[in-house]
Amino acid sequence: MRPGTVAKNLAALVLAVVFVFPVYWMLSSSLKPQSEILSKDPVFLFVPTLENYPTATGVDLFWTYVANSLTVTVGAVLLALLVALAASFAIARMRFRGRKGLVLGVMMAQMAPWEVMVIVMYMIARDGDMLNSIPLLTAIYFVMVLPFTIWTLRGFIAAVPVELEEAAQIDGCTRGQAFRKVIFPLLAPGLMSTSLFGFITAWNEFAMVLILNKDKAAQTLPLWLTQFQTAFGSDWGATMAASTLFALPVLIVFLFLQRRAVGGMTAGAVKG
Amino acid sequence: MTVDSQGAVSTASTDAPGSAAGTSKTPPPPAGPKNVPKPPRGRRSLPGGVLPYLLIAPAVLSMAVLLLYPLIRNVVLSFQQVGRRELITRKPEWTGVENYTELLGDSQFWTVVVRSVVFTAANVVLIMALGTLIGLLLNRLGKKMRLVLSLSLILAWAMPIVASVTVFRWLFDEQFGVVNWLLRTLGLSGYEQHNWFETGFSTLVIVMILLVWGSIPFVALNMYAALTTVGSELYEAAKMDGANGWRTFWSVVFPNLKPFFLITTFLEIIWIFKAFAQVYAMNLGGPDRGSETLPVFAYIEGQGQFHYGVAAAISVLTIVMLIAAMSFYFRLILKQEEEQ
Repeated sequence: MRPGTVAKNLAALVLAVVFVFPVYWMLSSSLKPQSEILSKDPVFLFVPTLENYPTATGVDLFWTYVANSLTVTVGAVLLALLVALAASFAIARMRFRGRKGLVLGVMMAQMAPWEVMVIVMYMIARDGDMLNSIPLLTAIYFVMVLPFTIWTLRGFIAAVPVELEEAAQIDGCTRGQAFRKVIFPLLAPGLMSTSLFGFITAWNEFAMVLILNKDKAAQTLPLWLTQFQTAFGSDWGATMAASTLFALPVLIVFLFLQRRAVGGMTAGAVKG
Repeated sequence: MTVDSQGAVSTASTDAPGSAAGTSKTPPPPAGPKNVPKPPRGRRSLPGGVLPYLLIAPAVLSMAVLLLYPLIRNVVLSFQQVGRRELITRKPEWTGVENYTELLGDSQFWTVVVRSVVFTAANVVLIMALGTLIGLLLNRLGKKMRLVLSLSLILAWAMPIVASVTVFRWLFDEQFGVVNWLLRTLGLSGYEQHNWFETGFSTLVIVMILLVWGSIPFVALNMYAALTTVGSELYEAAKMDGANGWRTFWSVVFPNLKPFFLITTFLEIIWIFKAFAQVYAMNLGGPDRGSETLPVFAYIEGQGQFHYGVAAAISVLTIVMLIAAMSFYFRLILKQEEEQ
């Protein structure tokens, strides 16, 4: 080993530890016995216990939060896939007046400053008596992820040679059949990466649900987590257990699909 | 990138094998080779065909109702006075540009603007510099170490926002936080029970560490992906010419990756400037409203102070600042599309 190689590997190791530490600390604190969490000098070796988890899941309405989070996430992703498939097919394969404008609109909508629009959303929802509404929240998340979904699927559809479709049509398929049998099977990677993006966006969203849904029965997991920490301020073991429960699905999905998430500059890519 | 299939008019329809797309169920071939029915040429249908409009209608309508309309309403609301009384009567009062003049004459607003701009600049400089360095390092590591570092970066990247805020509050806890312990162990004094959330500035420093930690992976991993497209022979050539690492970077790597750098920088500016959850969940914009950035300031003016019109005006001004950054970003993207 040359000294340069040793230095590089050492730097990489230190960086790896720095980046993974908060994730590790969350997991390990969630498995620590109460007595060892509140010690002035952190304990690094301990017998793991699951005692913090019942505290986290035992909060009033916990399963309501879970159900709400799943509803808005799955609903937004499915809606976005359906609507985006139709739109991206038109953009990639057809000529029509206003196509360029639509492409530009989709690009701009990808950068929509949702975080800064919460006040006006509150006013609109309030005027329409739609506060504390799970359907409205789902609809907002759907529009949040729609532009990215259209953009990504459009790329995938455009990459399928037109000749394949034409051949299918010559063989007697209608346009719809040609799409279903020829293009759709080739879209799997695109559907995966857009679903991942949609899932993470909706799962993470905090500002909208904070302002629109003050009623606990209509809230989602990100709010549960912040309120949990306020209520259980000093119970760090339970708070970390709650964080772990919230983060774990995302971490697992991400690790599985990391190859799709990395590489290729996609505007508005998945980002924490 | 943009594969524009519209332009290519293929007159002779080539007989592509039916199994090419992996579908085994090809419909029976037409009766004879002579009377091949012309496939419907929807793809080249004249502008005015109804099908494309039917296909895009759901997308266009939903974006119009839930994105465009709120944006317009936001501008309208910023010219109205809506407080507690108007909330109940549901009759907003038109006040013209009063919200704007009030804001522009308010020292607190300017404090928040300066704070947001400085905060964004500091974050983006750190993210880009460190992200680039780590990307370069990834490129020069062996297979095993690269995997270790990449996995660690991916875990940091994937951490959900609110979960990472909660964890950072625990890391920096005044009594039992591991950070105070570490600084004590390193022999620094004053970290016996140091409260990291005592001032707005200190709170924002923690938020910055969180944002930099969470944003570097995106830059570093994409940087590494971009570096692999720059052929290694270029580095070799630079080395042969006796260029050191610094020179190689500025004369070989940077010019090749300039579009990547610019696009990523603007993306980060936009992301950091409108970050809400990280700033708000860390300390609710406190203490004494000292860690509010523009999006949080707008939220608190509206929800906490019941100044909805003023809050809308803050939103409009924030969006105007964002649009400036976005227009640069789109120009870059469009230029890149043209070059490819």
